[in-house]
Amino acid sequence: MLETLAGGAPNVQLWQVGKPLIRKDAPNKAYGNTLYAGDLMMPGMLHAKVFRADRPSAKIVRVDATKARALAGVRCVLTAWDLPDRLVVTDIPGQTGGKTKNTAQPILAKERVRFFNEPIALIAADTEEIAAAARDLIEVEYAPLPGVFDPVEALRSGAPQVDGDANVVAAYRIRKGDVARGFAEADVIVENRFRTQVQEQAFLEPEAGLAWMDDKDVLNIKVSTQVVEHFRAIADAIGIPHNRVHVEAMYVGGGFGGKEGLTIEMMLALLAYHTRRPVRLILTREESFVNHGNRHPFTLEYRTGVKKDGKITALEVRLTADSGAYSKLSPYVLLYATVGAPGPYRVDNLKVDSVVAATNNLSTCAFRGFGTMQACVAYEGQMDEIAKRLGMSPLELRRRNFIQTGDKNATGQTIESAVWSEQCAVQALKALGEPARGDDVIKIGRGLACYQQSYGRIRWFKDSSEAWVGIEVDGTVIVRCAVTDIGAGQSSSLAQIAAEVLGVPMEKVVTYFGDCTLNPLAGTSSASRALYMSGNATKLAATKVRANLLEWAAKHFAVSPDELQLADFRVFVVDDPSRGMPIDELARECAADGVHRHHLAMFRAPTSEGLDPETGQGDVFPDFTFGAHACEVAVDTETGEVTVLKSVGAHDVGQSLNPQSVAGQIEGSALMGQGFALCEEIVQHNGVLVTPSFSEYLIPTAEDVPDTKAIILESRSGLGPFGAKGMGEPAFAPVAASIANAVADALGVRVFELPITPERVINALVRKEANTANAPASQSA
Amino acid sequence: MTNVDASKIIKLTINGAGLEALAGPHHTLLELLRNNGYVEVKCGCEKGDCGACAVLLDGEAVDACLTLAWIADGGDVWTVKGIGTESKPHPLQKAFIEEGSVQCGYCIPGVIVAAKALLDRNPDPSDADIRVALSGNLCRCTGYTRIFSAIHKAAEEMRREALTHA
Repeated sequence: MLETLAGGAPNVQLWQVGKPLIRKDAPNKAYGNTLYAGDLMMPGMLHAKVFRADRPSAKIVRVDATKARALAGVRCVLTAWDLPDRLVVTDIPGQTGGKTKNTAQPILAKERVRFFNEPIALIAADTEEIAAAARDLIEVEYAPLPGVFDPVEALRSGAPQVDGDANVVAAYRIRKGDVARGFAEADVIVENRFRTQVQEQAFLEPEAGLAWMDDKDVLNIKVSTQVVEHFRAIADAIGIPHNRVHVEAMYVGGGFGGKEGLTIEMMLALLAYHTRRPVRLILTREESFVNHGNRHPFTLEYRTGVKKDGKITALEVRLTADSGAYSKLSPYVLLYATVGAPGPYRVDNLKVDSVVAATNNLSTCAFRGFGTMQACVAYEGQMDEIAKRLGMSPLELRRRNFIQTGDKNATGQTIESAVWSEQCAVQALKALGEPARGDDVIKIGRGLACYQQSYGRIRWFKDSSEAWVGIEVDGTVIVRCAVTDIGAGQSSSLAQIAAEVLGVPMEKVVTYFGDCTLNPLAGTSSASRALYMSGNATKLAATKVRANLLEWAAKHFAVSPDELQLADFRVFVVDDPSRGMPIDELARECAADGVHRHHLAMFRAPTSEGLDPETGQGDVFPDFTFGAHACEVAVDTETGEVTVLKSVGAHDVGQSLNPQSVAGQIEGSALMGQGFALCEEIVQHNGVLVTPSFSEYLIPTAEDVPDTKAIILESRSGLGPFGAKGMGEPAFAPVAASIANAVADALGVRVFELPITPERVINALVRKEANTANAPASQSA
Repeated sequence: MTNVDASKIIKLTINGAGLEALAGPHHTLLELLRNNGYVEVKCGCEKGDCGACAVLLDGEAVDACLTLAWIADGGDVWTVKGIGTESKPHPLQKAFIEEGSVQCGYCIPGVIVAAKALLDRNPDPSDADIRVALSGNLCRCTGYTRIFSAIHKAAEEMRREALTHA
């Protein structure tokens, strides 16, 4: 169900933006026509397999591929010894080509294995079966090397060294106001420790791609990725110039951050480069689980001081996260969590210390919510615990603390766009309707969670996006933009924007996307930035084309350009619509007169030079999205089972480009967040994965879907096109927190560790009973 | 490795057209289909957890990854491409497109097959019927709500069509 509540007046008369138009990619996906990266084949194509370590920590004494190489049909086996000193460095993926410090990682393990299933050798053979047989013939001799599997242990002196400086991958601090004075002023101090688990992205399409060298000596890689800009890191690692790596993203079968870092591009690139044959690699589900970085598990220690009236006087936070074996994007995930630590609340006296440590666990990296959603579980749990102590409603406590437009956030950055946290919270709670009825066994609870989630990249990345828009002489429009389409309608939104600006129906527009060489670079589909950045670039380019067309038409009709309108495939005089011509005729006339019918535009995000390392003060993000999620749960106090009955997301999206797509983000987030709250957990025993498939790692199914509702609010105050704000991550940010709060409301006791399994529910109830039994004794003592 | 001697010719009807292909005793219907160009049948897990490879085999929705090619010998197979096309869309495909039920789209070929199998045996399914019918098809993007509404809409459309033709 979808409801839209309009806010301020539209910036302009909108003809197509804001309407639930059919997404351009939908029909072919429904007919089965869409090709994904693993569906591609080429003549002479080889099939690749990856040999991986069977333990999380070891010295490699010897790798022997003799027997594998001797097998008939095997065309190439590569080990680290065939690739001297080849390292891959985590590029700050995007336009700048900047490298993240201390992120060099071997492409194939050489002296040492640092995580379970780390790649050791690559095989290319005539068939997939031969490649698999060759993989079984590779022999490795290991020597024991102790590992460390807990971030706190990894930070102790004497711990096995995995990565970083004494296993510290990154650390931040925020010092704002006077925390000691704030706590002295507090009437109540609430202190809690929350824990979140490792989550797997579980996109339906495992990593896949096809690579080949062409007759221009260009290395082509068609792959399932969120980031075509990895072409630079690939070229650097192989040792060829940047202009000889051509990455093209096909329609991606889900990403959620899991295809933001390099996944299999390097493997494909090396095999194609060494064999000069087309090489295809498709990972199995089990390989996918270990191949990309998962969500960082966090321990979040919160100490909050409040006055009796609910006003927060001080907040002290300590965050500890596990990066697994290599750094990847861990420093940034930690930064997001650090900046997001107080949530959407004004906290003048704030102290945050955070650290992310290297261990021999599976790597963690980007995942929708990117540190911020883990913080939300803690700050929103903390808000409800405070409300309970003060005897105040959770909504009232939040209302008294919400950050407002013009306030400064945790790092001293002024919030400039609308903050509709309260409106969203009220709408979400209202939509829950009449409460369900519980009984002695089934307890009903409700939970609310609000959030602050950035959209757009960290300001000192100096982010930009480019797009090219042109109009053909038949009136059709081409948008060229290397944005990747990971399933949220990224390319369709650009078509909708160009259609809006140029007055043509959306079916007249084709978006050419995902190609790092033939399209202008757009940056990444990550950080809820694709629409914000590429949408603005497309709008700029289309607006320039529009101006050129109108300039010609103004002369033709002897009016000024602002007396003309482009709509419904016509240019016409606003005051006399009978005077006009179809757009194809206009485009033909402009072509004949040498008018530029195309334009390349760049959109640049606001920048800054970074944070003060002592105080953590400075501008970090372009802007933020605000909203709320509310839900109702039923908890079976005998079995500990939690059922989500109703789930409502209400978000100020600025301006929805396509309300149907926005609702899709909210509804999908509701179920993915429910999985994080209740059932999903990557379990490792001393670094060895014990949940390697969908049989052990359980994501919600059709039978787990609650009554789900999406409410869209539009303040039209965002930095995106037409006032849009980012939405891909914000919709997800508060879901798990709201479910955890609902369970606490139902039980009268909180489960501080996610996922909230039946066992943890029963343990919490036992703890509650013990506390109740002890209470009278302690009072009389 | 493929032992050609142990392989045999499998004859299938796929989307109404005949196919004869060599398959070993260990080959799955999924491998057979994808290796012969039916790449609209997706592979998500190869162990029957996700339903991305669902096809209709003699009218029943099956996971092609769990079905041995030899077991399917002589069978009548329908994939999402056979269920409907752009020029002649199935009401399910129309409804999925209109309701915004498609995001990344990787699960959709299997989901539409499972929904078709449901509507073939139950033209007026309840919410609970739909949930059970789709419980073997994982979707990570949509939260299923728009998939449910599309199936209801298609069922209604098909019932109306049936009445008109009756």
